[in-house]
Amino acid sequence: MLDAIVEIFKLILSVNFILTVITASTPLLLAASGELVAERSGVLNLGVEGMMIMGAACGFAGAYMSDSTLVGAICGIIAGVAMAAIFGVLTLGLAVNQVATGLALTILGTGLSGLIGAGFVGQRIEPSPQLHLPFLTDLPIVGRILFGQDAFVYFSIALVIAIWLFLYRTRAGLVLRAVGDNHTSAHALGYPVLKIRMLAVLFGGACAGLAGAFLPLAYTPFFIPGMTAGRGWIALALVVFASWRPGRLVAGAYLFGAVTFLQLSVQGLGLGIPPQVMSSLPYLATVVVLVLISRTRGTAGSAAPASLGVVFVPDR
Amino acid sequence: MQLVLERRPERSATIAITSPLIAIALTLVTMGILFAILGKNPITALDVYFIEPLIDPYSLAEIAVKATPLVMIGVGLALCYIANIWNIGAEGQFLVGAVCGSWLAVRTNGTDVGPWVLPAMLFLGALGGALYALIPAICRVRFGASEILTSLMLVYVAYYGMDYLVRGPWRDPKGLNFPTTAPFDPVATVPSLIEGSRLHAGTIGVLIVVMLVAVLLGRTIMGFEIRLVGAAPKAARFSGFDADRLVLFTFAVSGALAGLAGIIEVAGPIGYLQPDISPGYGFTAIIVAFLGRLNPIGILIAGLFLALTFIGGENAEIAMKVPLDLTKVFQGILLFYVLACDSMIVYRIRLISSRRAPAHA
Repeated sequence: MLDAIVEIFKLILSVNFILTVITASTPLLLAASGELVAERSGVLNLGVEGMMIMGAACGFAGAYMSDSTLVGAICGIIAGVAMAAIFGVLTLGLAVNQVATGLALTILGTGLSGLIGAGFVGQRIEPSPQLHLPFLTDLPIVGRILFGQDAFVYFSIALVIAIWLFLYRTRAGLVLRAVGDNHTSAHALGYPVLKIRMLAVLFGGACAGLAGAFLPLAYTPFFIPGMTAGRGWIALALVVFASWRPGRLVAGAYLFGAVTFLQLSVQGLGLGIPPQVMSSLPYLATVVVLVLISRTRGTAGSAAPASLGVVFVPDR
Repeated sequence: MQLVLERRPERSATIAITSPLIAIALTLVTMGILFAILGKNPITALDVYFIEPLIDPYSLAEIAVKATPLVMIGVGLALCYIANIWNIGAEGQFLVGAVCGSWLAVRTNGTDVGPWVLPAMLFLGALGGALYALIPAICRVRFGASEILTSLMLVYVAYYGMDYLVRGPWRDPKGLNFPTTAPFDPVATVPSLIEGSRLHAGTIGVLIVVMLVAVLLGRTIMGFEIRLVGAAPKAARFSGFDADRLVLFTFAVSGALAGLAGIIEVAGPIGYLQPDISPGYGFTAIIVAFLGRLNPIGILIAGLFLALTFIGGENAEIAMKVPLDLTKVFQGILLFYVLACDSMIVYRIRLISSRRAPAHA
């Protein structure tokens, strides 16, 4: 038993482990960042998984036909935005229930990505290149971790910082949070609630699409139907786990990434922990966190945007 | 000029009746276009999808088998949704029900026990589903945690829990390393209705459930309370109805029905527990509930229609070489149209010249 624990520690501290966790966490972080902004504006889009898998299929298609990772990433983003636009038109334009629409979006995305990706199954592309700086990347230990990643990884970190700055240091971010917390007051103050929410939803779609595109472009160099494998749901959980704060989102993403990776290695160590326990940990942790933040902040759970998921139709 | 949504003075009765039909018509047109894009004759495709299963006895039985869990889960969810309570974790409750009922079947496997086993399994399935559904309900009532998020998260916990059992402790030692339990004994199996058909007694059960829920909604105080809380939450609060009790009740009932559907599915058409017992019944049932206008009879019809899309999709895959994924595209689009058309009952779209509209609209 002790040996096994020592083994786990050795594993966690190894460079390879950290590299793998960064790769496993990046799609979670990308998708969750977008969803965080959408939820902060008061819109609960449960279609992250659907937008992601469409991003993966279209991203791969784009990269395969153009031989360019960048084109692939852009195709993924466009696919995510298109899916989010469907969601936005229904929930914001037609005041349809967000929960049902989000689930329908996931069902549609799963099916549509299968249709689009069917022709590309079995094809391979060049994986996204990794940064290589002379000297810096060759530094022991930190070199490859800090200076040897692909563009998606650096972008995801920059994205979270940008979101943090936007939400807490700009006027527009303040307005977005106000819209999410009380759409009636924001509307009364003259802010275009539905327009702001639409933009937030489209941004969420772009991030989810990019997160999906990351999988075939950088994670594995091929496309498999259903390759998001529930990462969209984990991203959704992550936003709640981070109690809607960008800083905690980074910590949460790397924690969830580590857990999903550990499930593979723990099995090999013969600790007697079933891999299914590790797989269900992110979801269980999210339920616990949700209960805790709802309890400590009063019954309304003020950590959550107060208007989250509530339909808004402006009266005139 | 811009389009704006405007609340109607009163609900449109015409649209309320026609909206599911309009939604289905729009979906068929969209699917026809999609078939044309895929290079298939739309008329032939729609015929294979929606007409041929209806004139083939085998397909008809399969439609009933597929509709059984969808309707049973759907009517339970409708109780929640009418009261504006969001149980979206029916898939998890379905799995837990299947596991709890299967526990007895696995324990009594190969022993000479009486015919009480099956009723006891059904009871355990319903109980397990209800208890599992009460977790998000209690989290909401006691701590104010959003039941949407907790019930959804618990789906995956249930899935991995079941996966562990069938790959680990409950795996059939004679099962050639497949992750399944041993086949259930005949006394632990839902009897089939027609010799040699997969049509089973659970389908009769679902008809009874539909009637019971219809009575509950239309003829009891509890049903009145559910409808009132959904339609006028403030009025319900002022008249002293306990909203928390309603959350617990609707979650428990919908969980019990999902759990019952789970154990019936395992002890009926499948016959043993295995990791993929559900092609997402718990989520598809949400479409069924909305398509059926949250009305038990409507849900029965909607469940049969959704089951038809599953069977039609399988037939089309074989007959026309179209991908099975098309069924999901179809279901997603259908739900979009249903929701959009339903919105038109309460709202209407008006074209407003931008000069008269307020600047910030």
